[in-house]
Amino acid sequence: MSKRQGPKLVLDRATKYYETKTGKVHALDNVSLEVSDHEFVSLVGPSGCGKTTLLWSMAGLHELTSGGIFLDGQAIDAPHPQIGMVFQDANLLPWRNVQRNLEFPFEIADKRADLERINALMDRVGLGGFGSKMPRELSGGMQQRASIVRALSFDPSVLLMDEPFGALDAFTRDEMNLLLEEIWLETKKTIVFITHSIPEAVFLSDKVHVMSVRPGRMAKTFTVPFARPRPLEVMETREFFEFVNTIKSEIQHRPVSKQATLAGAVR
Amino acid sequence: MTDKALGDQIPQFGKKDAPQAGAGIGNLSGLAGGVSIQSAREGIAILAVAVLIVGGAELLLRVFEVPAFIMPTPSSILAVFASSEVSVIAQHFGHTLVELLAGYAIGASIGLMLAAVITQFPFAEKIVAPYILLLVTTPMLALVPLLILNFGFGYAPRIIAVALASGPMVMINSATGFRRVDLGKVALARSYGASTLQIFTKIRLPMAMPMVIVGLMIGAIFGLITAVGAEMAGGGFGLGSRLTTYSSVIRMPEFFACILILALLGILIYLFFFWLGKRLAGWES
Repeated sequence: MSKRQGPKLVLDRATKYYETKTGKVHALDNVSLEVSDHEFVSLVGPSGCGKTTLLWSMAGLHELTSGGIFLDGQAIDAPHPQIGMVFQDANLLPWRNVQRNLEFPFEIADKRADLERINALMDRVGLGGFGSKMPRELSGGMQQRASIVRALSFDPSVLLMDEPFGALDAFTRDEMNLLLEEIWLETKKTIVFITHSIPEAVFLSDKVHVMSVRPGRMAKTFTVPFARPRPLEVMETREFFEFVNTIKSEIQHRPVSKQATLAGAVR
Repeated sequence: MTDKALGDQIPQFGKKDAPQAGAGIGNLSGLAGGVSIQSAREGIAILAVAVLIVGGAELLLRVFEVPAFIMPTPSSILAVFASSEVSVIAQHFGHTLVELLAGYAIGASIGLMLAAVITQFPFAEKIVAPYILLLVTTPMLALVPLLILNFGFGYAPRIIAVALASGPMVMINSATGFRRVDLGKVALARSYGASTLQIFTKIRLPMAMPMVIVGLMIGAIFGLITAVGAEMAGGGFGLGSRLTTYSSVIRMPEFFACILILALLGILIYLFFFWLGKRLAGWES
């Protein structure tokens, strides 16, 4: 407990190559990152910049080619109970009802489900009474709420979120962003959040890390200046708009890959 | 330890192969509408048509005095079930049932196990695939004379034939199911520290269940066909052998009574798996 002073989550020169049918893909190149306890950080970047690969590695689902990932100073090379994951689509098991989906993590760990916690969380996200429904009977937003409950049911200290709201419509997305901010303020989890939407990243995060494409590298880090709790209206302010644009231009003005350079030359 | 399949896969949720429509049990059920009668009107209509067909057949056969060896009247077929012959038929039906159940139990369990194992090893699967296809497409009835030569006229050749006919059917369909892996779901289980066995029982098996049930149903129907065919090929017991006997002595009402029993058994098999599919794989439709 004494060494809790250091960062919660550390990525140390994480590098990853994939073997694919068409050859080696250099997905991550010396990505280093420090996330403090209770911090909310987002990773943004163009498609294929290795955000998801990075997140899956942090979840212990991928092995890195070199470099390391550390949780409270401990190396992570396998799934860890202190790390919860929220997937891109809600990723509920369609053959189980919501309740049994939420008990799934406990079943895997061969433990008795913490029904009290599950029910409290269900009520908190507005899913009270939906336990007996099948996933396909829920809307996309409700499914994603259920999957957040599933990730929190184990009370992990770190939550990794892989573009969780990407498939939702704009209204539901705003609603989910607000809910997530509330939950984060209440639980003070350490959250690493992946998104394509820069406004979403800015709205939610303490820090926004911009990644560059192929191989994935850390390009720049922005510290978000807006005070918490942030109401949705903050997204309509001039400061917010300008901040988002600064990050956007950072992503667009970084033609690191050959294709991007060529495209620039043609223009 | 990371999952090998996961480790080599660039995670891309958008690109995962969606469970194809047309694979589920619901789509194999052309009879599904007829299974549950929705209203009294529907029930009356169904009954009326049945009465019309059976009664019409009875009437036509009587009016035109069609000889029984061409086509017996429905009433004479039903009368068999009230005659003393019914106990003989029941006994032979029992033999058929034993062959079917024993052969199917062997064939289906081996088929299911092979499918579950082989799909974990894509390389081995490629090598075995042509032989499986050969087993599926070869009518196993053709082997019955050989089996009789080797095992005599008892249960053995028939049980083996049923197993050979049902096993590959169960296997090929189940394999299609087991191949339908959703890496996102596997990753989910992995992220909670699931073992390979847990991933199989809690993710792969339920995921494959719709196709497994389709395979089990097709296997059972093929088993029934093969059991009856094998009985016709030799040996003095079973409903198939009754069919040859009755037709050779021109006892057509009894002949058709046997056919009726076999048809009902087929429907029963279908209904059972339809029910099982709704229970275990109803989430897909």
